[in-house]
Amino acid sequence: MKPSRVPLIVTWAVIAFFYIPIVILVANSFNSSRFGGSWESTSLKWYIRLMDEPSIWHALTNTLIIAGAATLISMVLGTSAAFALHRFAGSQLQKLHYSIIYTPLVLPEILMGLSLLLFFVQLKVQLGLATIAIAHVTFCLSYVAMTVLARLQDFDFAIIEAAQDLGAGWWTTVWKVLLPMLAPGILAGGLLAFTLSIDDFVISFFVAGPGSTTLPIKIYSMIKYGAPPLINALSTILLVITFTCVIASQYLSNRGRKAA
Amino acid sequence: MSEFLEFKDVSKHYGSVKAVDHVSLTVKQGEFFSLLGPSGCGKTTLLRILAGFEQPDTGRVLLGGEDVTDLPPYERKVNTIFQSYALFPHLSVWDNIAFGLKVAKRPKKEIKEEVGKMLTMIQMEDQAWKKPDQISGGQKQRVAIARALVNKPRVLLLDEPLAALDLKLRQRMLIELDLIHDEVGITFLYVTHDQGEAMSLSDRIAVMKLGKIEQLGTPAEIYEAPRTSFVAAFIGDTNFFDGTVAEPLEKNSVLEGFLSVAVDKDYSRLKIEDFPDLECYNDKQIKEGEHVFLSIRPEKLRISRERPAAAPHLNVIQGKVEDVIYLGSQTKYWVRTGDYRISVIRQHSRFLLDEKPIRWGEQVWVSWHADDGFMLEKYSEQDENLIQLPPEEVGETTESNQILVRAPAPGAVPAGAAPR
Repeated sequence: MKPSRVPLIVTWAVIAFFYIPIVILVANSFNSSRFGGSWESTSLKWYIRLMDEPSIWHALTNTLIIAGAATLISMVLGTSAAFALHRFAGSQLQKLHYSIIYTPLVLPEILMGLSLLLFFVQLKVQLGLATIAIAHVTFCLSYVAMTVLARLQDFDFAIIEAAQDLGAGWWTTVWKVLLPMLAPGILAGGLLAFTLSIDDFVISFFVAGPGSTTLPIKIYSMIKYGAPPLINALSTILLVITFTCVIASQYLSNRGRKAA
Repeated sequence: MSEFLEFKDVSKHYGSVKAVDHVSLTVKQGEFFSLLGPSGCGKTTLLRILAGFEQPDTGRVLLGGEDVTDLPPYERKVNTIFQSYALFPHLSVWDNIAFGLKVAKRPKKEIKEEVGKMLTMIQMEDQAWKKPDQISGGQKQRVAIARALVNKPRVLLLDEPLAALDLKLRQRMLIELDLIHDEVGITFLYVTHDQGEAMSLSDRIAVMKLGKIEQLGTPAEIYEAPRTSFVAAFIGDTNFFDGTVAEPLEKNSVLEGFLSVAVDKDYSRLKIEDFPDLECYNDKQIKEGEHVFLSIRPEKLRISRERPAAAPHLNVIQGKVEDVIYLGSQTKYWVRTGDYRISVIRQHSRFLLDEKPIRWGEQVWVSWHADDGFMLEKYSEQDENLIQLPPEEVGETTESNQILVRAPAPGAVPAGAAPR
């Protein structure tokens, strides 16, 4: 019997559904026409125009600073959380801990954004880069923790004993064995956190202050004042960064799994 | 310094489970010493206590006269081969072996030299830069050995090191381990549940059960003169007969119609329910009326179609062959007599093919000299139950350790459960 073609057709349909809008956006970013309706000629004109927009550069810098900071903090906190979750798995406290870590992954962003805003206002914290970064840590941390936890679950702890058996003290063991072995997992989680932070709009929108416009917020405001071709170019750049991070993250976690 | 490694009254509990129960043990310098027992007998816990991964609840561990009980693992001059090898996956073979020396901050030149020597010993010079996931199971095993030995430990601890290998490789590594032990001359403490491994490698074996040492001795002592029925069952195959010691045999006493020229109390008669009386050498001077197991190894039994000629101290019983298993170098027969299924192993000689082989369903005679059996006291509840234990609880190697003799006849109650 010939294998059914249905699964293949469905797969392609889903892929098309997901990616055709993105392809249109990317293609249009190379269209020299001011309006997306017709194709004039292929050009990099919008990318060049992008270079002359200082406010965009400012927003990009903000975004990268926030993403960098949020990623680093969540890598440290997320890894520690994963250790606690794994080491004391089964205790009631850690079950609660797991729920707390897991919740941000499913909580509506608008809710998180709003609650964070109220929180900062209550504490009379000046809204700005710092508040966005902290807000991003709240959900980035969960992704790092989950990625590292997955790695810990198929980690052979005899290896830690082996290191101690060979004369390594606790710090040497952590530094020379544990961290190098978990590094792919931690980095994969970090990259995931990085992309999420760069892309985040809803939460950033709530907790952003004057002068702390991020790229997604900038794109949103540009749409309001209408500069579609420029946005297409900007979005394409954002897309490239995101894809690179995701692919790198997947590569790292696969490589790490194979090694463990 | 002959008493090199010493466990003094060591105990370890996990909750209410006594993993190690007041064990005292000494190992000599350079000895290949095995801890043998079924899973959960405490052998691995004892090893981990020596390595420093577990703290004993009571007792001390002495290494070369020095008390090491409270030292952390990284300050003990012992190294471990783990069951899973536990090689560092992110480091090459070379770096794995060098790990201990690097941590000890030895000079670079010395590290290079020592690692080189080890690589030569395990014949892996050309694989030094491979990662652990690029080498085979046997090679991982060798790297693990080299990684431990390079530190020149005073004792090498091996925790079921061959369990993860397939049979062929296991046999080869067994020889290699023996060679390595001869070469480096340090003390090996070997933990295994496989009696074959322990028998072939060890100078001495401690057979453990439920956190206690059942018997300690050379492989031959343990095989030929097991002290308890557990040891007899765990080491090799054996047939058990469940009986009561009757009166000692007097001179010229008659056993089952045959003249027996027994002297004094050296031989006793054993009464067995629904079974002819058997004669057994009573070296332990077990008293009349005691309930005992008579254990007799399958290879000590002779099987024949003709009734063997009467001789002093010869036990002869008749039975029906229930099963014949041809094993190449030998044949295993299962012979049914009453409630008992007796296992007999017959080594093949060159004229086996000439004679008419004994087949399934034939009436045969099984005989053995009274000296070849031994009586084992049934002194605990566990031993009473031993005969009914499924093989995996007695020894994890299943078939070869099969000890059930009194197999229930179809539809009958379990062996030994109720008198019939």
